[in-house]
Amino acid sequence: MLSEAGLPVVEATSFVSPKWVPQMADHAEVLKGIQKFPGVNYPVLTPNFKGFQAAVAAGAKEVAIFGAASELFTKKNINCSIDESLQRFDEILKAARAAGISVRGYVSCVLGCPYEGKISPAKVAEVTKKLYSMGCYEISLGDTIGVGTPGAMKDMLSAVLQEVPVTALAVHCHDTYGQALANTLTALQMGVSVMDSSVAGLGGCPYAQGASGNLATEDLVYMLAGLGIHTGVNLQKLLEAGAFICQALNRRTNSKVAQATCKL
Amino acid sequence: MGNVPCAVKHCLSYQQLLREHLWIGDSVAGALEPAQESAQVSGFPEYVKIVEVGPRDGLQNEKVIVPTDIKIEFINQLSQTGLSVIEVTSFVSSRWIPQMADHTEVMKGIHQYPGIRYPVLTPNLQGFHRAVAAGATEVSVFGAASESFSKKNINCSIEESMKKFEEVVKSARHMNIPARGYVSCALGCPYEGNITLQKVTEVSKRLYGMGCYEISLGDTIGVGTPGSMKKMLESVMKEIPPRALAVHCHDTYGQALANILTALQMGINVVDSAVSGLGGCPYAKGASGNVATEDLIYMLNGLGVNTGVNLYKVMEAGDFICKAVNKTTNSKVAQASFNA
Repeated sequence: MLSEAGLPVVEATSFVSPKWVPQMADHAEVLKGIQKFPGVNYPVLTPNFKGFQAAVAAGAKEVAIFGAASELFTKKNINCSIDESLQRFDEILKAARAAGISVRGYVSCVLGCPYEGKISPAKVAEVTKKLYSMGCYEISLGDTIGVGTPGAMKDMLSAVLQEVPVTALAVHCHDTYGQALANTLTALQMGVSVMDSSVAGLGGCPYAQGASGNLATEDLVYMLAGLGIHTGVNLQKLLEAGAFICQALNRRTNSKVAQATCKL
Repeated sequence: MGNVPCAVKHCLSYQQLLREHLWIGDSVAGALEPAQESAQVSGFPEYVKIVEVGPRDGLQNEKVIVPTDIKIEFINQLSQTGLSVIEVTSFVSSRWIPQMADHTEVMKGIHQYPGIRYPVLTPNLQGFHRAVAAGATEVSVFGAASESFSKKNINCSIEESMKKFEEVVKSARHMNIPARGYVSCALGCPYEGNITLQKVTEVSKRLYGMGCYEISLGDTIGVGTPGSMKKMLESVMKEIPPRALAVHCHDTYGQALANILTALQMGINVVDSAVSGLGGCPYAKGASGNVATEDLIYMLNGLGVNTGVNLYKVMEAGDFICKAVNKTTNSKVAQASFNA
């Protein structure tokens, strides 16, 4: 349904051990089972080389690796330092290049870390630059705990833009404190033209129980359409996809546009 | 994304980060530690006046009729947060707005703290006189940029409504009572759809010309986006100076903070909001309404903009009123913080 809505990139699954993320245990079946529309990319997360190999075997043409701008977050999340994590990713990047597979890099905690607190823009720029020079075609800068505000977004992007061209950057804002759209607008004003979002604002925040997580794709598309910015996305079909998954999950949508439109 | 247990919420660094972000912009309590202040971001005003409309615009659209003593307690709590303007009630006929039927009791019952303004809505001269008799020292009149909306809402044309407001504003000026003007449907109307810039500008100019000290431009159904906000403000600002303007954004389509950000970048420094994002939207069942004061303050704190408002105390008032109307808060900051 998401492919039919006109989205050019749909992150399909994660080739991570089911021990850590049980929801993604069926990664191979999902990737093999979906209909791959021409012109649409279906990247998958590959936290390590083993996951990468499994992803390739299941037909993946694009993968994503997940770094962080915080040492403590990296330690708690994948049990190693930032440098060590980059070495692991390098292995994936080399193999991906050889196989003609694109790699997208994520940098978590760009506007704050649940363990370290404040994160310096210089650190974000450093990690982003490394991922870019290692071969990631695009780096998605993530406000993992949604604490950022437009000023912080501006400062962080200013630092990163000194090292990496804007065409290779994306923002991934979480709406935990309701700031996602304002932060995304700020990134837009600074020339960023790739945005991550999640239909129905799916996914809460593991760091703040009961809080919301991702920015809702419907709300983002609504703003961009209002600004006259072309996305290629059909909002009506997107709303249908959101309604479908919310019904399946037996939960209410986090998208304000969906709430206003569907009267549910 | 990650597999960290919830224990992280007890992490000291996270608490510190939250404290820094939920920065207490409380000028009343004395000077802040320098480390806690965010440097002010360029391109934004130094100070933003928040006009709290929860007790009126918020409660007005809530299904549950809130008892008078709860309303009074709510407003008294808001008075302790550092907010400098709190819209108390509406002197409108209870036939139209049953939630505001106790307007006189509420106005008389609240504690009016020095330095805080307590405006009330007065749709006509009769309401104005009642408001003054009950102790009101500031009033608001509610116009619209849409003929259909004006007809459906107050049963008269824009021109007829302006004549009524002129009577109110004239009397108010005579008694040295400031009057604020609202323009509804500034970015779209539930009946007419698109609203022309000329119409919004014309109505705003009319209200300003008759003596309203401030005009609050309302995106009544929340359909606006940063582009339409910019165009509308550019048009209005040709006739009215930015210091006499405010924005009143509804969050029905999740656009409120982005629209407010745009307004701030254009020099507006008065923003209306409602604690907990109270009040749904009468035009889209199940949709949200006002932008939440807590989320607005969070953004302003992050921008280093001074508001004089203590975010924690606002969240407490929000918690109080949500329990009273038996609903969950619409504020994301409150959702994230109370459970963190």
